[in-house]
Amino acid sequence: MLKFIIRRMLIMIPQLILLSLIIFVLAKAMPGDAVTGAFVSNPNATPEQMEKIRESFGLNDPWYVQYGHWIGKAVQGDFGMSFVHKQPVTHLLESRVANTLLLAAVTMIVTYIISIPLGIIAGRWTDTWADKIIVTYNYFAFATPLFVFALLMLFLFSFILGWFPSGGSVDIRIETGTWEYFVDKAKHLFLPVMSGALLATFGTIQYLRNDIIDTKLKDFVKTARSKGVPEGKVYTRHILRNSLLPIAAFLGLEITGLIGGSIFIESIFSYPGLGQLFIQSIGTRDFTVVTALVMISGTAVVVGTMLSDIILSIVDPRIRID
Amino acid sequence: MANPVLEIKNLRTSFNIKGNYYAAVDDVSLTVHENEVVAIVGESGCGKSALALSIMGLHNLKTTKLEGQVNFKSQNLLSLSASKLNKIRGKDLGMIFQDPMTALNPLATIGRQIEEPMDYHMKLSSAAKKKRTLELLRRVGIKNEQRIYSQYPHELSGGMRQRVVIAIALACDPVLLIADEPTTALDVTIQAQIMDLMKELQNQIKSGIILITHDLGVVAEMADRVAVMYAGEVVEIAEVRELFMNPLHPYTRSLLNSIPSNMEDKKALHVIEGIVPSIQKLDRTGCRFAPRVAWVPEHEHEESPTLHEVEPGHFVRCTCYKNFHFPEEKVGDESYVTTKS
Amino acid sequence: MSLLKVNDMKIHFPIRGGFFRTVVDHIKAVDGISFELEPGETYGLVGESGCGKTTTGRGIIGLNTITGGEVLFEGTDLAKQSRSERRKHVKDIQMIFQDPYSSLNSRKNVLNIIAEPLRNFERMSPGEELKRVQALVDRVGLNPESIYKYPHQFSGGQRQRIGIARALMLNPKLIIADEPVSALDVSVQAQVLNFMQEIQKEFNLTYLFISHDLGVIKHLCDRIGIMYKGRFVEEGTAADVYNNPQHLYTKRLIAAIPEMNPEKRFEKMHLRQAINEEYRTDYDSYFDKDGRMFDLKSVSETHSVAVQ
Repeated sequence: MLKFIIRRMLIMIPQLILLSLIIFVLAKAMPGDAVTGAFVSNPNATPEQMEKIRESFGLNDPWYVQYGHWIGKAVQGDFGMSFVHKQPVTHLLESRVANTLLLAAVTMIVTYIISIPLGIIAGRWTDTWADKIIVTYNYFAFATPLFVFALLMLFLFSFILGWFPSGGSVDIRIETGTWEYFVDKAKHLFLPVMSGALLATFGTIQYLRNDIIDTKLKDFVKTARSKGVPEGKVYTRHILRNSLLPIAAFLGLEITGLIGGSIFIESIFSYPGLGQLFIQSIGTRDFTVVTALVMISGTAVVVGTMLSDIILSIVDPRIRID
Repeated sequence: MANPVLEIKNLRTSFNIKGNYYAAVDDVSLTVHENEVVAIVGESGCGKSALALSIMGLHNLKTTKLEGQVNFKSQNLLSLSASKLNKIRGKDLGMIFQDPMTALNPLATIGRQIEEPMDYHMKLSSAAKKKRTLELLRRVGIKNEQRIYSQYPHELSGGMRQRVVIAIALACDPVLLIADEPTTALDVTIQAQIMDLMKELQNQIKSGIILITHDLGVVAEMADRVAVMYAGEVVEIAEVRELFMNPLHPYTRSLLNSIPSNMEDKKALHVIEGIVPSIQKLDRTGCRFAPRVAWVPEHEHEESPTLHEVEPGHFVRCTCYKNFHFPEEKVGDESYVTTKS
Repeated sequence: MSLLKVNDMKIHFPIRGGFFRTVVDHIKAVDGISFELEPGETYGLVGESGCGKTTTGRGIIGLNTITGGEVLFEGTDLAKQSRSERRKHVKDIQMIFQDPYSSLNSRKNVLNIIAEPLRNFERMSPGEELKRVQALVDRVGLNPESIYKYPHQFSGGQRQRIGIARALMLNPKLIIADEPVSALDVSVQAQVLNFMQEIQKEFNLTYLFISHDLGVIKHLCDRIGIMYKGRFVEEGTAADVYNNPQHLYTKRLIAAIPEMNPEKRFEKMHLRQAINEEYRTDYDSYFDKDGRMFDLKSVSETHSVAVQ
């Protein structure tokens, strides 16, 4: 088991190197660089001045020298300076990483709280009115674009009803650590979380419903019934155990998906997280910030996949690798 | 004869197909006695498995209609509520399934799966349950029972798993066992082991067994009495020796003649003309086997065929058996024997 | 000259393990087997699941890579040939598969299924092709009009006939039949077996018949090879093997055939118990210290057994 985990972790190394190379090359291939981005609002900058700055930042070195420089610092947590914000990228990311992780984690928990019971109800009582309502809701969740739904939520609950704030992560006037601070934070989270979660239920509900319908017909369920196991226990002890297993395994992937999905949500709700920063940085061609962000989300995907593999190998006795 | 443990009376099991109900088991009556193995034999689609599932109450009642009676311990199983039926299933009624690869829960240990019926039907401490489970494992011929107890199904071979499935069925000392093709999915040598094991267990536990199978060899090895089913009906019932020595119904005789090991080598096997009709297209008037023995004149069949007792305990449906002969055999040709001696 | 001569054929599959998933060992699915098929005979390859019988069939036709040994078909060694060279012989060797449900492409009609091998080898006008397919469909006992139907519109026995028609299309010399009747009911199985015997005479076919069903093998085959763990245990005529089994494993296999006479069922059970006892006492004279079978030794002109 330990051997499997170590091997699985070692596989990550070439994956991450490849990822960083691709990101670096792509970023270099983009039209314009940090200097054009920084001077985009300054029409007086002459090409000579810009060239001088490029030279001083090492932007004229061969790409592999630049890559070596960048990756060497990156592994120490130094992604360089943001040319737009005039401060270290790491410093810029710090508070936002926490915000995004909080948003993603809460969204994921809420998604599961909604989707697992609904998936179970729809799968167990197929073709009842409850199932039909859930399936209809799920089609809407699948078909509705996230940004449209999020805007609608914002419009309805913030502008019309005024129940929730329309942006930010917390009121800066409230002292950190107090009860009020916690409530305010929750209030700010509510709309972004619900917008994401209500649509993200799609995959889990659909998967769980189908898997339960499948598992219901399996022979071992017949065996359980022939033992005299009451119907409720047939579900909890036999069907659900088998059907929930892959969901546990998808957990790692789910969280990376949410980090990716945060781009829309954070922009719409002006939530100060990584996604919002990403959009801004692309607009201003803040090269160092963009590469750092892509590197972080790419790493999250690689780590998430690894976590999924490891979780699956722990929960499923059939996948015991030595 | 010993006391009857199960009496099936006029059982009709119908499936809903596009709004209409079609009977897969059509007016079947059968009695199983204590310490008796009754085999139900027939080809796929004859209704034998539907019959087994009807007794166990394992059909989906939304799409299945059950009529008639299945009397067990002076109550009709068909009219019991789910919770009352659950008090009987797994305790007095045990079931052995066909495919040991799928009949066990892949995520639970062998021990847990054998103990599960005891959870519901016996008041035992967990230590007592474990003791009983280990003993059951030994009884079904598993030697390293301590290890198997905590293993998962995928760690076991097919033959071992089928032994576990049998141990589950025996967990609470059932009065009646229903075995649905218990050896079909197994290799020949494993099949032989399981057959011998079941014969041994039969001697010990004295319960009634309903053995569902398509394999007449398994019938000859294990059954005391045999019911041959065709198109939802029982066409012949007889004590096992009688059935193999003196098969009467044209379907029984055709089946016996189409088994390779039963015929002289290289000699053409008997082929039953036509195909088994689907339950929607089945003509339910007259002799259901008539279309497959087209050379038999119409007047030989009964208009509405019933089971006739031709010898004590030997029943045959329809009258077409009386002058029946295969087209390839001359009438009165004694050299054409159904079983090779 | 024999039609097919398999000489010390080996098919090994690598097992990967260790930290870097390197090849640590091999599964010896087929581990040095030799047999010969004379033209026109039916040779039965019998054994339980995992014994290597199917791998052997697939190896001969080129679906599994042969690790070692020779497969001589009319004198040329197929094992050493490249894919393109093999193609010439593909016409002469055809295969019938176990599952008539999954071995036919469900999106093609019968005409296209049966004509496919023909199109790979011969250029023909659509009219000629249709004529040949119709003649063959008629021969296998299906309605000639059914060539425009799809596999799901046929019963299991009919589908197996379609599979046989496809195999016959190129006038092969050797047919490898891998469990062709195992998925069928007895009465349907009888149809297919009878039919296979008829066309054998008519098309002058040689069969390599692979099955786990000892009854079917005994009924159909002239000579039989018993396989166990990738090796031959015993080889001989049907009478040799069934009436005079020499190897312990063969005895166990033969004794496992259900007894069709209910009177003798306990006799049979005791015979099996006696063989189990023999396994305990005489194991060493049938298997070497690694549990491997010995090489075959002939005990009569037609009969050979793997004993020390």
